[in-house]
Amino acid sequence: MQVLMALLAGLVFGLGLIMSGMTDPSKVIGFLDLAGQWDPSLAFVMGGAILVGVVAFRLAATRSQAILGESMRLPTARQIDRRLILGGLAFGAGWGLAGYCPGPALASLVTGGSKPLIFTIAMLAGMVIFEIHDRFSRSPAKKAA
Amino acid sequence: MIDWAHFTPWSSLAGGVLIGIATALFLLFNGRIAGISGILGGLLRPVAGDIGWRMAFVSGLLIASLVYGLAATLPTVHIDADMTTLVVAGLLVGVGTRYGSGCTSGHGVCGLSRLSPRSMVATATFMLAGFVTVFIVRHLIG
Repeated sequence: MQVLMALLAGLVFGLGLIMSGMTDPSKVIGFLDLAGQWDPSLAFVMGGAILVGVVAFRLAATRSQAILGESMRLPTARQIDRRLILGGLAFGAGWGLAGYCPGPALASLVTGGSKPLIFTIAMLAGMVIFEIHDRFSRSPAKKAA
Repeated sequence: MIDWAHFTPWSSLAGGVLIGIATALFLLFNGRIAGISGILGGLLRPVAGDIGWRMAFVSGLLIASLVYGLAATLPTVHIDADMTTLVVAGLLVGVGTRYGSGCTSGHGVCGLSRLSPRSMVATATFMLAGFVTVFIVRHLIG
């Protein structure tokens, strides 16, 4: 049931990305191009999603368990640190360069040809680099050194 | 100046609402945040019992274009980036979203919906970096 609902949520999320125009990198860059011809569409996508999201998170706050029985797994991290800022800067730079963030890249993968595929492979490589770096920097050997 | 030729307020708002509904379903039924980079990145750090739902969510995203194509014509897209740019951008997005614990969905949609100050800072940071990058590429170099 958990898996089925995750599939449905992913599907609806993807349909939303396609309908909203966010699988088109030129629309994303059109939003980020404040100094040129500005396309505000992305703000409407975020606005529509947050409108529903605010209600959903208010409902979630009243529950100790999810409807399918698992406990609620909400983020607990609150710190605003170097990792958050540097990560955000790197992500934003890549986002501005190609016009893809992770969701639209995955939603474009099956029917979008070679460009989203190359982006996604590089993105996964980036995530692997993070895993390796993270494991190394948190390993006890490093702390002792 | 607003690009009226490309601005799509209604379909973007409707698509955004769908994204919100997907986020709400996942939150209320599964008790989890629909953050794409976290769901995908978690597959690279496999934990028993944690793989099935991640694979399912990603599969849903992947088949969305096929399902959409059954009912309507997929929107045409324009990808200006060349191969080198795509590789550099992909690496930055992969490292950056994991290092910063989230992307447009996790920090942007979910974080702002739950009024998390941490996500507000993250979203402002990647938006700013996006604005500056496009300004440099389009108006200083291009």
